Amino acid sequence: MGNDKNMYSRRSFLKVSSLTGGGMMIGFSWMASLKPTEVLAGTTAAAEWIELTGFVKITPDNLIKIMSPNPEFGQNVITSMPMIIAEELDADWKKVVVEQADFNIPKYKNQFSGGSQSIRQGWQLLRKAGASAKAMLLQAAADEWKVPVAELTASQGVVYHKASNRSLTYGALATAASKLPIPEKVELKKTIDFSLLGTAQKNVEGEKIVTGKPLFTLDYHQEGMLIAMTIRPTAFGMQLKSYDATEALKMPGIKHVFDIKVYKEGYERAGFDTRTFNHLVVVVGNTTWEVMNARKKMAIQWEPMPEKKEMVAGWGGKKEELIPAGLESSADHMKNMRAMQKKPAPVLRKDGNPEAAFAKAKKVLERTYSAPFLPHNTMEPISCFAHVTDERAFFVAPTQVPDFIRPTLVANLGIPASKLEIQLARMGGGFGRRAYCHYMVEAGLISQKIKAPVKLVYTREDDMTNGVYRPSYMVTYKAAIDEKNNVTAIHIKGGGIPDNAIHANRFPAGAFDNYLAEGWTIPSNITIGAFRAPGSNFIAGAEQSFLDELAETIGKDPIDYRIELLQKAKTSPVGKNNDYDADRYIGVLELVKEKSGWGKPNTKNVRRGVAAYFCHNSYAAHVVDLTMKNGQPVVEKVVSAMDCGLVVNPEGATNMVEGAVVDGIGNALFGGLVFEKGEPKQKNFNQYRMIRHREAPKKIEVHFVKNNIDPTGLGEPPFPPIFGAMANALYKATGKRFYDQPFQNALDKKG
Amino acid sequence: MAKFNLKVNGKNKEVDVDPATPVLWVLRDHLHLTGTKYGCGVASCGACTIHLNGKAVRSCQLPVSAAANLEITTIEGLSEKGDHPVQKAWLDLDVAQCGYCQTGQIMSASALLKSNPHPSDADIDNFMSGNICRCGTYLRIREAIQTAARNTAK
Repeated sequence: MGNDKNMYSRRSFLKVSSLTGGGMMIGFSWMASLKPTEVLAGTTAAAEWIELTGFVKITPDNLIKIMSPNPEFGQNVITSMPMIIAEELDADWKKVVVEQADFNIPKYKNQFSGGSQSIRQGWQLLRKAGASAKAMLLQAAADEWKVPVAELTASQGVVYHKASNRSLTYGALATAASKLPIPEKVELKKTIDFSLLGTAQKNVEGEKIVTGKPLFTLDYHQEGMLIAMTIRPTAFGMQLKSYDATEALKMPGIKHVFDIKVYKEGYERAGFDTRTFNHLVVVVGNTTWEVMNARKKMAIQWEPMPEKKEMVAGWGGKKEELIPAGLESSADHMKNMRAMQKKPAPVLRKDGNPEAAFAKAKKVLERTYSAPFLPHNTMEPISCFAHVTDERAFFVAPTQVPDFIRPTLVANLGIPASKLEIQLARMGGGFGRRAYCHYMVEAGLISQKIKAPVKLVYTREDDMTNGVYRPSYMVTYKAAIDEKNNVTAIHIKGGGIPDNAIHANRFPAGAFDNYLAEGWTIPSNITIGAFRAPGSNFIAGAEQSFLDELAETIGKDPIDYRIELLQKAKTSPVGKNNDYDADRYIGVLELVKEKSGWGKPNTKNVRRGVAAYFCHNSYAAHVVDLTMKNGQPVVEKVVSAMDCGLVVNPEGATNMVEGAVVDGIGNALFGGLVFEKGEPKQKNFNQYRMIRHREAPKKIEVHFVKNNIDPTGLGEPPFPPIFGAMANALYKATGKRFYDQPFQNALDKKG
Repeated sequence: MAKFNLKVNGKNKEVDVDPATPVLWVLRDHLHLTGTKYGCGVASCGACTIHLNGKAVRSCQLPVSAAANLEITTIEGLSEKGDHPVQKAWLDLDVAQCGYCQTGQIMSASALLKSNPHPSDADIDNFMSGNICRCGTYLRIREAIQTAARNTAK
């Protein structure tokens, strides 16, 4: 990540300004032009707050406000990130109020919520922010009492000089402290001295959530605001030909009908500028219901989209993307993927001589796994508020990655970056979907066109049929087994539409002398995007199912066999760039083995499956216990073991793992969007099956490996292995292996 | 367009709207009570749950013409200070992740406890299965409902 020293070395930019409330405010000069005035839920008036560092503000009566920098979509960084600051600040957490920061990269540096990176990448930055503010408060006390700063201590928002039995609250010191320079270097606490981190704290927005406060973009309202909806082709591979708005414009409350092109002609897309349908019809009116009804009166003609080639500037450099013409179907996808499995594919990694090992093998175990496209189905459908004028372009938006969409908005709205203001609304779910913010461009263009504030609303059907899905995947695992029942080679070959999920350097790479990984892709006009643990969310299930079957084939316990392989990868790793820490992998397996009572006889026909995986810098293992009732699985219990380093907030962390388990079970059993002639066959929750209360596990137990490693991610890592644990438990319960997601299809056939 | 008198959270509100307008959109767009959420518009997710004469209904399928003069309670009116036993239990159990579905879950849960003050886990699963939580907080919801039931019984 960026160089956060920058923040501390720019003291020349500090300016102090007097405020009417009598306090002092300290800030960076570049903030002045970047201050959105609207807030969704205001707290104490700004004038009373004395700002110490960009993240900390204090009132004279010792209330402490901490700004939470990253977008919030349910991962609860709005609690955990301020906790990190409060720890180093030695604030009294009970007196801390938290406020969501607006988009302001110079001030907050890293406002990226994705890849399970918020806490990992914010860790040092936030600790320094808290420690810097504390150092300023201590210095202010030292100046006041004319004593060396080394004689002072701080605790719970109070500075003490024990030698003279004096104390002052942070509030009393804040004005003086705010006039001091932000220190260049500060000492951070030792982890053993943490008193707040590692303690369970409730979600700071809990009360607002349970009382229905307007936290979300869809709740945003401004005087004079209009409602807009777009109309896009009903099938991928189609595009707008013509439209007639005569009848729609006669409908009550309707103000405008027009068409927009989301990305300008010739615009070179960046990696997250997903183009699903670029040419859209827009209906604008007074209220949501009126716009919904008017949309039905539109006469629109669609036509087949020609094949296109577009340049895309992604993280791996520029590349040409082929967008094929045609109307795709899920049945063809499966056929095409099976055909690719028979063709040669690019080699991603090779160790030893796998061909020779397979030629000599006494037995070969070969299994193929597949998974369909998945829509994110965030509970809050896509929405965005925009008010674009000559003076400013103001957005209230659900975005995981405001800094990614900034250049896109600048280019396609033709506005200078200095006029862009984004208020980061709480998101009704993200899961990767809101990293692709085409809807912000759409809302901005609509506001520009109608010269009014506008809220763009996607219906559930719009949301579910608009692309940016988890890709559809296939992979074949093959193991060569010799006459002594040793596994002598592993071959992994797979791909997807239009991306593959092979992580060639992850386990079990490194554990086998002969190893081959190959990967291919098939282009598609169905758009894809990151979905909670991209790639991993498929490959983990396949790999962990295969290892389970392999262990059974050679007569070994599935946990012991994994540990045996990891021991080999640890003591004599094969190849280079093995992308995992074998010790930590073993750690979660041993923990889950102990906590689940693995190997002990069980009663009540409970059958169990295990799986483990490493991704996004953290390690996860699950044991799923299930019974069968009327041919359907009942998940009695899941025991989870996690190693994500130091756990900042065990309450939120446990909730996150529980949610990942439920999400994983739901998607393993039911997830899958089916296409026919380019059209998604499920468009709403009455057609698309989501996991519900009665299908959730009866119990989930979450255990964390205790260590002092700097925290890593948690949003994604517990999700991928649950697919494998479910498949393996289902096998034990039914006697049949489950190779194709969603598993419910096979369960229904058996039923 | 037609005028309707609605009784929302104990107050009379007059709205002039298309009679077919779902109560969901009257609440959200006309009365700016946005605690009632839009999730699907086809009564399949429960995010829009309100109480109509004390019973849980999906407001996305309730035309305003059918709700006139009936008692509508939304999350904003469930309790004066956000301290309904169900809301308190939701905070005790730290249920929410993204939070979007939770107002609908709370309105369903509070209606359940009114008709069945001591539900079994199976009762909860059956009654609540119309409310989707994409983040997967179902176990905490179940526990929160049991907690609210216990605290109400005291």
